[in-house]
Amino acid sequence: MTKTTPLWEVFIRPRNGLSHKHVGSLHASDKTMAINAARDVYTRRNEGTSIWVVPSISITASDPDKADENFEPSEDKIYRHPTFYDIPEDIGHM
Amino acid sequence: MYSQGLINSDTQIEESQEFLDAFQARIDAEEKIEPNDVMPQAYKKMLVRQIAQHAHSEIVGMLPEGNWVTRAPSLRRKAALLAKVQDEGGHGLYLYSAAETLGVSREELTEQLVTGKAKFSSIFNYPTLSWADIGAIGWLVDGAAIMNQIPLCRCSYGPYARAMIRVCKEESFHQRQGYELMMSLAQGTEKQKQMAQDALNRWWWPSVMMFGPHDAESTHSDQSMRWKIKRFTNDDLRQKFINATVPQATFIDLKIPDKDLRWNDDKEGYDHGPIDWAEFWNVVKGNGPMARDRITARKKAWDEGEWVRDAAHAYAEKRRAEKIAAE
Repeated sequence: MTKTTPLWEVFIRPRNGLSHKHVGSLHASDKTMAINAARDVYTRRNEGTSIWVVPSISITASDPDKADENFEPSEDKIYRHPTFYDIPEDIGHM
Repeated sequence: MYSQGLINSDTQIEESQEFLDAFQARIDAEEKIEPNDVMPQAYKKMLVRQIAQHAHSEIVGMLPEGNWVTRAPSLRRKAALLAKVQDEGGHGLYLYSAAETLGVSREELTEQLVTGKAKFSSIFNYPTLSWADIGAIGWLVDGAAIMNQIPLCRCSYGPYARAMIRVCKEESFHQRQGYELMMSLAQGTEKQKQMAQDALNRWWWPSVMMFGPHDAESTHSDQSMRWKIKRFTNDDLRQKFINATVPQATFIDLKIPDKDLRWNDDKEGYDHGPIDWAEFWNVVKGNGPMARDRITARKKAWDEGEWVRDAAHAYAEKRRAEKIAAE
């Protein structure tokens, strides 16, 4: 049986001050090699200032089939948005 | 566990002048400081203190408003108030998480709050006596909080700044719902208008005090400004708040309870009367009218939630054991 190489998810901080953003994944035998590979693959054009790698197996995702029941309930809660409230124009920005 | 995985928080480094200067140079260049960067112990300490106080304030801040959720006069108002209180809970979470990136645990922070060791915003030690207080809190307390929080979106510590961006975005409706509520009372019956004025009378000065002591008396201000944790002084922010709020009161025909309040052409801002600092310090020291109730309520929620936390751990443990057995 062929030994498989673990999969890692790669997150890059694009610029100073921003949070890390998922950019893709890669295979590597351990975390150090994963960081090195991520640097080689994902930052060749100066895309980032910092890299995080996370074993893909550690990521728990919501069920895509349950997207409706998960996210639809917030659609009708328009009172969570500022435009729901009537503020006269004379008051200006609030 | 994020913090423990990343931060070198236990690494003792020699804080030589060279190190401190290099750190200051990063700050001056508007570089954001991130959890696994080396930083002076005093910078970390100042941030933990401020972010934790901020987090505690969000959590304790749910109590005065939660007091009125079941008595909101309409479904519209109830939905708005519920959404606001939910937001405050979430904001407490974002802020606690930001503090945790500095190596302090949630359990420690909670412990500090329920034992009365930690401070939170003095404003939440006042009672909410009438429905109009909900309007006054949204309009004035959130209005003051926003003045404070907008510059914090540019704070030098990355996780705090990013948490504040999210908080400010979500809070944009909080002040509007409060002002809308005040406006409808102020334009209602004579009795409703009186209720609105009474709420303004009681919440005005505590709101003005939210910005903290005058600059000359503010102990941490200078260093905080140098490290770009704070971007404006207490008095600057207070002045901005007053300038923005006075016309809003005038517009709905309510009177700010300050007989010395008048427009000053030279500074293009309002002059205001003296602030009762004795009251402020008394409240900060934990003698506010609702101080004991707030801590007691928080401690009760924490203690009564213990079995839930234990049950969740036990359930997770059981699932793990089942999974191992199945493999």
